[in-house]
Amino acid sequence: MDWMKHLLVVPVLLPLLTGASLLLIDEIRHTAKAAVSLASSVLFVVTALALMQMADSGTAGSEALSLSYAVASWPAPFAIVLVLDRLSALMLAVASILALAALIYSMARWHRAGPHFHSLFQFLLMGLAGAFLTGDLFNLFVFFEVTLAASYGLLLHGSGAFRVRSGLHYIAINLAASLLFLIGVSIVYGVTGTLNMADLAARLPNVPSENRMLLEAGAGLLGVAFLVKAGMWPLGFWLPSAYVAAAAPVSAVFVVLTKVGVYVVLRLSLLLFGSTSGELTNFGGTVLMWGGLATLAFATSGILASQALGRLAAYSVLVSSGTLLATVGLGDVPVISGALFYLVISSFTTAALFMLIELVERAREPGADLLAVTIEVYGEDGEETQEKEDEQVGVIMPGALAVLGVCFGCIALLLAGLPPLSGFIAKFAMLAGMLNMDGLGSSAEIAPRVWLLFALIILSGLAALVAMMRSGIRIFWAPLEAVVPRVLVVEVAPVVGLLALCLLLTVKGGAMINYTDAAARSLHDPSGYIQGVLEPVPLGSAAR
Amino acid sequence: MELTLAIAIGVLTGSGVWLILRPRTYQLVIGLSLLSYAVNLFIVSMGRLRFGAAPVLGPDGIGNPADYADPVPQALVLTAIVIGFATTALLLVVLIAARGLTGSDHVDGRESR
Repeated sequence: MDWMKHLLVVPVLLPLLTGASLLLIDEIRHTAKAAVSLASSVLFVVTALALMQMADSGTAGSEALSLSYAVASWPAPFAIVLVLDRLSALMLAVASILALAALIYSMARWHRAGPHFHSLFQFLLMGLAGAFLTGDLFNLFVFFEVTLAASYGLLLHGSGAFRVRSGLHYIAINLAASLLFLIGVSIVYGVTGTLNMADLAARLPNVPSENRMLLEAGAGLLGVAFLVKAGMWPLGFWLPSAYVAAAAPVSAVFVVLTKVGVYVVLRLSLLLFGSTSGELTNFGGTVLMWGGLATLAFATSGILASQALGRLAAYSVLVSSGTLLATVGLGDVPVISGALFYLVISSFTTAALFMLIELVERAREPGADLLAVTIEVYGEDGEETQEKEDEQVGVIMPGALAVLGVCFGCIALLLAGLPPLSGFIAKFAMLAGMLNMDGLGSSAEIAPRVWLLFALIILSGLAALVAMMRSGIRIFWAPLEAVVPRVLVVEVAPVVGLLALCLLLTVKGGAMINYTDAAARSLHDPSGYIQGVLEPVPLGSAAR
Repeated sequence: MELTLAIAIGVLTGSGVWLILRPRTYQLVIGLSLLSYAVNLFIVSMGRLRFGAAPVLGPDGIGNPADYADPVPQALVLTAIVIGFATTALLLVVLIAARGLTGSDHVDGRESR
């Protein structure tokens, strides 16, 4: 099985090559472009699932399995490595599935709204895959920039004054954050002399105490850069307007972008500042905890205050970020395990919501649900509905309103975390972890901040339920004039697909929790990760 | 030398931060460019300041590593310059598009009242 090890580089190379070759196809032949792009994305999903299988294969003895792949065959601390473990494989799978759904959705209309949609989409995938797989801080920067550059293009896709204006803000914020990222990386390099994450983790406990403050400053700056991406309060004000401005399939795939920030924070804080790093243990944990709580509170009130569905979805992204950041700050195995499950569910749900909103809005007068205050934000909506009228090819969905209504109800249940869907299992796993930090039945005292987080998570679910019900009643039960939206099968299919996946995760909840448990345990014991990178064993013996 | 470099980085950063907080899109672009210059200088300085030392090994083998400058920050700077250049170019395009679409060079697309 020698070729299997090269599977690790496929998620980076495949979208890169596809995106580049799509540039050569003329814009007029958009069907050919779409076919190539779709084929590549399907392959990407298959690869990601195979990698997930591979990462999970060492269940018996080697709990903390991680596989590294030296890209240019140079040994680890000196050259670029890609690292696969359970967490990165999980993130990769989530990103690939979301991307496939968004791509299928875009086939109905959006991919013809501007040039190079498919190329940009593939480059975004490449950057995401690289960011999840890389084992090197500076490469993380490069992949971040690839992702962001592609996301700038995608955010502007479809053009219009509102998009360009939010795009300008989005680009400016992210450029500033990237500069902070660079400063942080160079300080960390200046103090420790390495950029390889595993090598860094091994060297951190030996940093002389006079340099520790410099190192903490560097790590803090790095953290700020990631938290801007994750949208932590007060760094996340750019997020709602950018996500609302983007085209529906684009905002669906942007859901993963905030998760990249969360992923890096989770990976680095447990790898570098885990239990083995001496005085630096749990560095930044308090900031993450309180920052996450503030984000959660801010986003919960945002959800309740949203008049338009788009903003509601954007604030749901922030709720998910806040919950995840606070749980990372808490940092215990059972909580992290539940949080990973929650990450998967909330990504799928919010992405499905973003896509559903566009379909639902078609049934209504533009701006029907907006008060005068927000009408100016949506001022451009008139033009967009004009665009929608023209060419629509494909099979029109029968009974559209019923299907959309059921999907909407499922999303509400998933966002609120109510049984019987998997949102409930994910939240239950997190909350149960908070109450039983050291395993079931332990008598350890529960800290007040944990209670606060507990309450806020439940409150945010309630807020989501209230807001979704409010909009749902207005859209499906009491429309002023009933217009049956023209909805294509190819647009509903990805929404239904994502929700079906959430349903599958309800049934297969046990297997999923086992996986996230193992992932959380190996995150807490970084020695396996470090060993996997610095002293790689031939893959055949590690995986089988 | 350290002092000169430190002052240069400080002045560039200070001007950059002031400029990106200004309301005009052109000031934003110049501010981000100045900041990226400051960051590039900062990255080089993190490899320690050295004079007359090459970052590339000679043809006669390794010798004493202490005779060479650290090549990693220089490689990082090169990458950072390229990426910064590309993103600044992109920002310029968006700036011009925003100017055309909103008819204003204010970052919010309209003058604040």
